[in-house]
Amino acid sequence: MAELKKTTLHGLHTALGAKMVPFAGYDMPVQYPLGVMKEHLHTREHAGLFDVSHMGQVFIEADDGTWETAAKALEALVPASIVDLEPGQQRYTQLLDDNGGILDDLMVSRINMPGHDHLLYLVVNAGCKDADYAHLDTHLPDGVRAKVKDDVLSLVALQGPKAVEIVGALNPLIRKLTFMTHGEFELNLPDGPIYAHISRSGYTGEDGVEISAKHDDMVRLVGHLLEHDAVEMIGLGARDSLRLEAGLCLYGNDIDTTTSPIEAGLIWSVQKHRRGGEGYKGAARVAGDLKTKTRRLVGLKPEGRAPARAHTEIQSLDGVKIGEVTSGGFGPSVGGPVAMGYVDVPHNKTGSTVNLIIRGKAQPATVVKLPFVPNRYYRGV
Amino acid sequence: MHFTKDHEWIKIDGDTATVGISDYAAKALGDVVFVELPQVGDAVDQGGEIAVVESVKAASEVYAPVAGEVTAVNDALEGAPETVNAGPTGDGWFIKMKVADASQLDALMDEAAYKEYCEGL
Repeated sequence: MAELKKTTLHGLHTALGAKMVPFAGYDMPVQYPLGVMKEHLHTREHAGLFDVSHMGQVFIEADDGTWETAAKALEALVPASIVDLEPGQQRYTQLLDDNGGILDDLMVSRINMPGHDHLLYLVVNAGCKDADYAHLDTHLPDGVRAKVKDDVLSLVALQGPKAVEIVGALNPLIRKLTFMTHGEFELNLPDGPIYAHISRSGYTGEDGVEISAKHDDMVRLVGHLLEHDAVEMIGLGARDSLRLEAGLCLYGNDIDTTTSPIEAGLIWSVQKHRRGGEGYKGAARVAGDLKTKTRRLVGLKPEGRAPARAHTEIQSLDGVKIGEVTSGGFGPSVGGPVAMGYVDVPHNKTGSTVNLIIRGKAQPATVVKLPFVPNRYYRGV
Repeated sequence: MHFTKDHEWIKIDGDTATVGISDYAAKALGDVVFVELPQVGDAVDQGGEIAVVESVKAASEVYAPVAGEVTAVNDALEGAPETVNAGPTGDGWFIKMKVADASQLDALMDEAAYKEYCEGL
């Protein structure tokens, strides 16, 4: 096995006593001494700081220096509308293959900085990033280039109700960002300013930010943020339970090349004029799945206390297999088990009762609307 | 108290025994959120599965340190699985059992040997 890669913050994780695990080729903290349960609850109540520097950060730029050329090139590979992005606007979308299967899901932003608003900034999953970069290199047209910045930039997320207040103390303009917008900010650290790319988004269902900065600057920023009583480092364990309660897909569990954005319930990320069956790789599948209903990703609330883990079989009440759990576990904020899985039509209707086969026994569960915990995104006042 | 390599403990009192998971196991599992216990009257083999303990992270099987018959289960764990973390060798016990063959205990570790075993992991 190849040696695990380390993020710039690796030394901090081990110094804090984190339990490290291999994840997507990186040696990453799964939990700190606080433990998954408390880390999860801390994030929902205060502010949790996540090292997500293993994720890929890429800029897309056209040789002709125009926004339109770069945006059109990416728009041919994803279902989201890109050309109409305003500077500072961010969208969630997916890279699709020719069959409409999901190669990766990602965040796309149009840079909001004078002289740079022709640039697209992408954040992609760690486990997919090498394949994503190859996909972009192969399928972006001549004259449009993907520039990978993983050797320069780190990425952290500060999530929770106190997150924006805390980072806003370093530059009050950050507080003006609304959900799914971003900007470039000077952060006034006590030992001198740094520059960071900050988006008001995340993967927990809470208000919060993702912060991209140069490796050395990030070490200083994280050191400063951790001095705050309300801030705790949070590992991948709680990151998973937080996103599951928030009803957010995890690539490799809930979505992959066998699932389409429509099956995965991601229709909200496909703008109306992009549902007609053309204009990007996999568009026909997106349009087709809107018409022919097969299966849908739904929330599942087990009635008992036994968690239903990924790959648990889902059966109808008369014992026919109708799907499979793709993510499941215990939701600390819910105070009980929560799961997501694909369920065949028509058993996927909200309020339907299904059986989860846990260790050979049928455990009833209800099909519920996602998320399990209400989102608390800041959409402005 | 005796211990297995799989981190169960067993404490004998006459011809019945109480079984649970060790402090080391409870710490390694993290926050316990669910425990699936056997039925009273179930016959168990030495090394046979008697329970499943689910933490926020994963599910783990618990095995019988010796053969016997389940005479009681700790129903309190159903409503308060966190008791396993709070007192794994006390209130967080899993089952009581009638021991079939007390000589099976001889193959288990005593407290000192188990401590050494854990230090070597």
